[in-house]
Amino acid sequence: MTRTLYDKLVDSHKVCDLPDGDIVVYVDLHIMNEYTSPQAFSGLGAKGVNVRQPEAHLAVVDHVNSTRHNIAPDTASKLLIDNLEQNCLQHGIAFYGLGDARQGIEHVVVPEQGLVAPGMLVACGDSHTTTYGAFGALGFGIGTSEVEHVLATQTLRYKRMKNLLVTVEGDLAHGVTAKDVIICIVEEIGAGGANGFAVEFAGSAIRSLGMAGRMTICNMAVELGARAALIGADETTYQAIENKAHSGSFRFEGENWQSDPNAEFDRSVFIDAKTIAPLVTWGTSPDQCVSIDGSIPSDGDMASPQQKAALTRALNYMGLKSGQSVQDIPIDRAFIGSCTNSRIEDLRDAARILSGRHVASGVTAVVVPGSAATRIQAEQEGLDTIFREAGFEWRPESGCSMCLAMNDDIANDGERIASSTNRNFEGRQGRGARTHLMSPAMVATAAVAGKLADVRKFIGAGA
Amino acid sequence: MTKTITSWCAPLPIANVDTDIIMPKRFLKTITREGLAEGAFADLRFDDEGDPRPEFVLNKEPWRKASILVVGDNFGCGSSREHAVWGLVQLGIQACIGTGFAGIFYDNARKNGLALPIVDSDCRDHLLRFADKGQRSDLSIDIAERTLHADGKTYEFKMDDATRQSLLDGRDDTLDTLKLINEIQTYESNLDAVRRVRVLK
Repeated sequence: MTRTLYDKLVDSHKVCDLPDGDIVVYVDLHIMNEYTSPQAFSGLGAKGVNVRQPEAHLAVVDHVNSTRHNIAPDTASKLLIDNLEQNCLQHGIAFYGLGDARQGIEHVVVPEQGLVAPGMLVACGDSHTTTYGAFGALGFGIGTSEVEHVLATQTLRYKRMKNLLVTVEGDLAHGVTAKDVIICIVEEIGAGGANGFAVEFAGSAIRSLGMAGRMTICNMAVELGARAALIGADETTYQAIENKAHSGSFRFEGENWQSDPNAEFDRSVFIDAKTIAPLVTWGTSPDQCVSIDGSIPSDGDMASPQQKAALTRALNYMGLKSGQSVQDIPIDRAFIGSCTNSRIEDLRDAARILSGRHVASGVTAVVVPGSAATRIQAEQEGLDTIFREAGFEWRPESGCSMCLAMNDDIANDGERIASSTNRNFEGRQGRGARTHLMSPAMVATAAVAGKLADVRKFIGAGA
Repeated sequence: MTKTITSWCAPLPIANVDTDIIMPKRFLKTITREGLAEGAFADLRFDDEGDPRPEFVLNKEPWRKASILVVGDNFGCGSSREHAVWGLVQLGIQACIGTGFAGIFYDNARKNGLALPIVDSDCRDHLLRFADKGQRSDLSIDIAERTLHADGKTYEFKMDDATRQSLLDGRDDTLDTLKLINEIQTYESNLDAVRRVRVLK
């Protein structure tokens, strides 16, 4: 019988069936951050339960810390950070805190440290844990009660999902990146369109991507509702897990960690790669996007009354009008960072645009490398100089920062941001702040133009 | 435990209500589960000065006392923060009826006794109109039977068996799974030594 990669991953981690239809799955690696774990540890204490496998957990500080130089966390943030450190110390769990050379955004740190490999099951109290699917591993986000459950049992109660295959075939057009591919997929399937599904990405356009691009795609799969995202492991994957701190210390063999050639999927979606243009979101849901050379949609473009209502609400929040040309939209801020797009490859992409150019006056531009190690690598390549000379603020510390504005990076009411992040929700980057999602190169382009602009005009043809 | 929920119901016909809207980030810097009622829908409920926004449904009579929300598609999408569910429950919300919910939110709800009956869009739209009338509605949700009763009609809803049972029994999954310790030990003892992740400190 043929099986999908998802089926293989679930089968190989099944501990037992439960009478109510759920199964129990084993968690190979569990990652924690400072804001979704405190109540899990206190739950353990209240129940008098110990951590079952302390070595299989990693805690990273990333959500609330400032990424500016030498800025101490505020009292409430410090409480979260200290609480996590204390809990890790008490239970013997690895803790990569502020000042640790391995610290950074959790989903950047884990691959960088070689802690993910094909065939694993990874859980974390963060929705973007789907990132690990890029490695042919089953990664998914969990709530705090489930964090407690993993700590206590090293397992989760789990409901098997349906299989969705998204094939992106062909060559990506000039100036189009993995970010554009996933935004296109989110628009095609809809936010929530993949609820109840594990999605596998396949096709030559996906295969041709390096690991950073694959991670961007799997990371944002949660924005279409997929609880898990997968890309079959290949040569690119196995090469990427070599020469890291944990490389070779574990292996998950026994399967090829790809879907069988004739595996059956419950649903399939096909996308022709050459039809994808550089995209930006215009609304307050990641599926509300448009080509950079397009215009803001109008009522007539919306199929359902719900979509029409969503359009009205989003345009009101975003301060935009139907029919307005996208490239006429001025920005106040440019932000490059987040677990979606802050890896060395992303920084190189943006630096290529910024080299010899300068941020437009009136635009505040910030770049937050995904981890301390990423920052050092970038500085060795001289990328920091390019960003600085272009007028970007190069942050010396790493964290989520203005992706979700839980630290001191908060946009003001009404400010418009070109952002390499993953969510354009109301209030996400600050109360009343207006987010446009796009690729790092497009953020750099917008920063220079002072408005949303077409990256294709900034790069040589066929580059 | 929860067998039937009977309450006024309030319409919240917005698609893709994410957990940032349900629980804004300024309420997340806490190490307890308590005190989150104030944060639930805070930016929809209150203006910049902290005064209630009169136009928001839960600030209006008669919906002020609603314990059931009828919601738009894909409610609870976005961040995994369980604080969103804690806040809703602490605000007195016992159920949200919708056409579909984001996966993590759905699981978080189950852990905290918040019922999420799933209905088709015709039924949901009907319930939205019904809720909008603001009559003493007696919308009643029967978890065991997976039916809901409103406006003189009975509708079936979807809820997977495990969630239904969890809501009926009020389970503690952590303690329940610890009873399966033999199965977990067997799985672990069958693991090849190289299939064990040991994170460097």
